[in-house]
Amino acid sequence: MIKVEKRSDVSRSIYFLTPVLAIFLTLFGGGIIFFILGFNPIEALKFFFITPISDLYGLSELLVKATPLCLIAIGLSFCFKSNNWNIGAEGQLIFGGIVGGGVALLFYNHDGFYVLPIIILSGAIGGMLFAMIPAILKTYFNTNEILVSLMLVYVAKLLLDYLVVGPWSNPEGFNFPETRQFSESARMPILFVGLRIHAGIFITLITVFLSWLILYKTYLGFQIKVSGLSLKTAKYAGFKGKTMIIIVFMISGACAGLAGVGEITGPIGQLHRNISPDYGFTAIIVAFLGRLNPIGIIFASLIVALTYLGAETAQIFLQVPKYTGQVFQGMILFFLLGSDYLLFFKIKFLGLKKNEL
Amino acid sequence: MYKLFLRSLISALFLLGFSLNANAEFKVGFVYVGPTGDHGWTYQHDEGRKAVEAAGIKTTYVESVPEGADAERVIRQLAQSGHDLIFTTSFGYMDPTNKVAKDFPNVKFEHATGYKREHSNVATYSARFYEGRTLLGHMAGKMTKTNTIGYIASFPIPEVIRGINAMTLAAQKVNPDIKTKIVWVFTWYDPGKESEAAQALIDQGADIIMQHTDSTAPVQVAEKAGVWSFGQASDMQRFAPKSILTSIIDDWAPYYVERSIAARDGTWKQQDTWHGLKEGMVAMAPYNSAMGSDLVKEVEQLQKDLASGKVHSFTGPIYDQKGNILVAEGAVADDGMLAGMNVYVKGVEGDIPQ
Repeated sequence: MIKVEKRSDVSRSIYFLTPVLAIFLTLFGGGIIFFILGFNPIEALKFFFITPISDLYGLSELLVKATPLCLIAIGLSFCFKSNNWNIGAEGQLIFGGIVGGGVALLFYNHDGFYVLPIIILSGAIGGMLFAMIPAILKTYFNTNEILVSLMLVYVAKLLLDYLVVGPWSNPEGFNFPETRQFSESARMPILFVGLRIHAGIFITLITVFLSWLILYKTYLGFQIKVSGLSLKTAKYAGFKGKTMIIIVFMISGACAGLAGVGEITGPIGQLHRNISPDYGFTAIIVAFLGRLNPIGIIFASLIVALTYLGAETAQIFLQVPKYTGQVFQGMILFFLLGSDYLLFFKIKFLGLKKNEL
Repeated sequence: MYKLFLRSLISALFLLGFSLNANAEFKVGFVYVGPTGDHGWTYQHDEGRKAVEAAGIKTTYVESVPEGADAERVIRQLAQSGHDLIFTTSFGYMDPTNKVAKDFPNVKFEHATGYKREHSNVATYSARFYEGRTLLGHMAGKMTKTNTIGYIASFPIPEVIRGINAMTLAAQKVNPDIKTKIVWVFTWYDPGKESEAAQALIDQGADIIMQHTDSTAPVQVAEKAGVWSFGQASDMQRFAPKSILTSIIDDWAPYYVERSIAARDGTWKQQDTWHGLKEGMVAMAPYNSAMGSDLVKEVEQLQKDLASGKVHSFTGPIYDQKGNILVAEGAVADDGMLAGMNVYVKGVEGDIPQ
């Protein structure tokens, strides 16, 4: 029979190395899948993971794709670390985009250095307010934050649909479901001519630094970590649980809102129905792959972003089905959770005793 | 810092030039909004791509490309990796297509269903689907018992409103008591929403279901409920063999082959193409014999007349819902009016969502 035992000593360095192991296992598993599909595995993996970032444009695209994932995942890490399961970052992103986009439309054909900061700030506030709904319902009415935050994603999506089809649609756009293109003053400055990488990356880096500061150098960060380890201890220590829950949701929502406003003022330049290809959900994988650690999340967001780019190049050069990208994301998470299990638990194979037969 | 920036810029340009020259073979790229197996919109574009391939031209496609920030990268990658002609097959690719076209003046771009041609290397194309709708209206008007036609609509854009109006006008011609009921689903492809809409319309007394969305769900619901239906984009007959009277087929193949060969031979020119039954971009699937041979003959004749131009889908007198005249008696609507159509004709129920 098989017996599962909890390990008492887990080394910290191995804990942070398992994601790397998971990535290697994914590469290996991916190679096998490519082989079964009839492709040369080495060549396919090269097109998947190396070709997309072999020139400056590719590197810039990697950062464009990783920026929102990193921002959202950083925000989510506050929630997840303190045992608050905010699944609705996608909704907070969209709502942030709606508020920021609304302000951008208000400033249509309006010049001024203050336009963009106001838009960014309003996007962050939009996401923050939207995230406070599940937080307040959880703290004062004991609702389940997983359900509430998830259902609010659909509310945000439908609201966006309504706005771009109806009141905010481009008056010269033949009723197509999209707003006007924002004015130049409302767009993120591009960092290099010919590339799409924009100033949003600085917002992300500042956010990463601030979140590291909060998590590891402040009383609030200490509270978050203790609550994550044991809610009872946190209560015993006299932490004000309700305030903390609302604050972590506010941080998380603000980050998602920033990601949304970064997308619409950055690469997209207007509001339409598809401002996010489910960044808010993918960021959950990113957060866990990065071990809920700010530095880890940076790397995780780059890797997950690469699976998107890789799926596109592999399809262009080899006509590999595009959904392999999602298979890779699934495999990374699967191998990470699998190695975590083996990290924290010991499996003992015992001989069968006679009386059990 | 400035030097570093300059150096990176130069290497970027170098790489760009390098990848442009890397492949001399003529290649055509396609960008799809859905999976190639959707049995609707994308499926038909991919059939067109296969025809280009069969004509001896190498093709590449990328499927399920979201209409957001990702589209520009995919289009640019195709341009960068040596594709000479790129078809972007969804409305949401309009701005990204024009943006990339600016940076690749030697690559030709073709955008489906859009109206922006900001650079001389961007052409647009679409089909006169409304001609097919006229045929559906004729059949619906003859076949309905409840005088109620259920219509599942996607977005209130001119193309969809044109289809609703063309169908209603044709149905009224053969059956003046006809009513058109519309459910807006605000999606092009969502089997769940589409089947709910079909059921709601049947519950309201519609015994004909037609759709301007791409999944096979509505015809399957119609089959189950025992009412008539029409397929969209591809021949959906096998999904509802009893219920489907015919399908409007988008046949992009001839256009794709023609334009690919023109681009290869250097005769490609910017243009705005709007082809219909005449050129074969709109085709009809075989008619269901359940409607009777007389009606089949009538419809076949009407199809010929529409193709030859003897009959026009929008021939006056046409009135809007309030009874104001839109097209005078004897006149036909011009393409400009059709392209910007944003009012319902008399006989359609409800308001256009604003």
